Amino acid sequence: MSDLTSLTLTRLRDELAAGRTTAAQAVDACLDRIAATEPRLSALLAVPADEARAQAQALDAAGPDPKQPLWGVPLAIKDVICTKNLRTTCGSRILENFVPPYDAFVIKKLREAGAVIVAKANMDEFAMGSSTENSAFAPTRNPWDTERVPGGSSGGSAAAVAARQAFGALGTDTGGSIRQPASFCGCVGLKPTYGRVSRFGCVAYGSSLDQIGPLARTVGDCAAILQAIAGHDPADSTSADRPVSDYQAAIQSRTDLGGLRIGLPAEYWGEGLDPEVEAACRGAIAAAEKLGATPVPVALPHTRYAVATYYIVAMAEASSNLARFDGVRYGFRDTEAQELIDMYVASRSKGFGDEVQRRIMLGTYVLSAGYYDAYFRKAAQVRRLIRQDFLTAFASCDVIAGPASPVPAWKLGSLTADPLQMYLMDIFTISLNLAGLPGLCLPAGLGRDSGLPVGLQLFGPAFSEDLLLSVAAQLESALPGLGEPRGLA
Amino acid sequence: MKISPEKALAIATLARLEITPGQAATLGAQMDDILGYMDKLNELDTAEVEPMYTPVDQPGALRVDEVTTEFPRSEILRNAPETDGQYFIVPRIV
Repeated sequence: MSDLTSLTLTRLRDELAAGRTTAAQAVDACLDRIAATEPRLSALLAVPADEARAQAQALDAAGPDPKQPLWGVPLAIKDVICTKNLRTTCGSRILENFVPPYDAFVIKKLREAGAVIVAKANMDEFAMGSSTENSAFAPTRNPWDTERVPGGSSGGSAAAVAARQAFGALGTDTGGSIRQPASFCGCVGLKPTYGRVSRFGCVAYGSSLDQIGPLARTVGDCAAILQAIAGHDPADSTSADRPVSDYQAAIQSRTDLGGLRIGLPAEYWGEGLDPEVEAACRGAIAAAEKLGATPVPVALPHTRYAVATYYIVAMAEASSNLARFDGVRYGFRDTEAQELIDMYVASRSKGFGDEVQRRIMLGTYVLSAGYYDAYFRKAAQVRRLIRQDFLTAFASCDVIAGPASPVPAWKLGSLTADPLQMYLMDIFTISLNLAGLPGLCLPAGLGRDSGLPVGLQLFGPAFSEDLLLSVAAQLESALPGLGEPRGLA
Repeated sequence: MKISPEKALAIATLARLEITPGQAATLGAQMDDILGYMDKLNELDTAEVEPMYTPVDQPGALRVDEVTTEFPRSEILRNAPETDGQYFIVPRIV
């Protein structure tokens, strides 16, 4: 075998289970690949090599366990998810030295499933951004073109998966932060239904929007990771107490897309869409038709209000959530301040980056007396209209499809001076978080001019992850693969 | 202009952030730009629409309230900038 990292996660899992390779070999293959690619990417914030090797050796000593579906599989974890005794920074100076005393629910589940954490992945500070340029440590670069962004905020997770630094990764998606970087880096990313995956131990940004989900190189790999992390958790009051489907079985039970109605919202396929993005996504819809699916027109008429609605809700929730960073119990403290309030102010001002401070300021404003009704309450009302659009659309289709981003990956630095322009790039991903519904992004193809990956999103009704995965797996097998990222050649 | 530099400074105080007058002007202008964009929501009549604050149908499901010892005190104090081994230490308040 030339390089273990060229295997998919599910294939590696089978090789490990059959004893044809070892957990230690899998971990070493990732560490070698990280050493070879990381200087050009900055996808990772920590690589706990010794711990990963020790864990792999322990697994190998005990032997493969059929009850551990991710036995020996190396994964990368977005650095917003708490890992016991392993630094968790959220991409922020304020948490630069924070070492969680506990594992997040999803980490506990991954460890129970036998997975090995080989890296903590870079991200926009506190998951606020669409390009991973807001990381306090370094901007991550896109494996397809290292002059371009990987998307964000889970840009480190997506770049790590695309560059084969790990067999899969966890990201978080508050307004597209799994799906958009999956699109930019040419991987598969799934944002589960709000409540499907526990957020316990995930540092909160927008609590009514945040969801943890997988990024991986194939649909089947995403299914395997989701299977391990989904389920009820009493420690998260928004966690859904309902059974988890067998995602692999759902994928295997579908052999075509006969009878499937794919809703194409006019609002996602018209004005402002880059021609090569449109061409690649239309190509994917044509492939779905060949498999028996029927495209049907649907309307999501409040899409044009989604960016404004989303940013009011997200910033308001962020300003509340980030109030906990005060230099008392954890995180950076400015030691020059003599009095308590001055210490809070100095610690926060020196610890948070510009975009985080901007969002806290805007969130504070929209929640403040006199503006709450005009902004926050108004946005919450429009949020219901946005959700109603989806419920209406799903009365006439089974899934909804559209591009994940109006453009392919842009160049580093090209949007950083104008925050609003960067926010507007989120137009196709944020409505789903407002509605709390699941969405999956898979590679549709490469842009005909840019040669950059283009992702197609599939949206489904609440808790339809099995449907989304099975449809995506059909499409994946019908579409040509993207091949190796060209920026690393 | 909604956010004058003075207003930006006042919001920063509420948010426990410190910004320079120069930053106040830049931030104020950016906030103006963003809030101006958000005003497009006023095109919609939402008088009869119930606000939606969470996607969860029945929020507030609480787990059983049981006393447990989840962490030793030293674990919780480990990340604090200053402790005396028993408590978090903060600068003087009054």
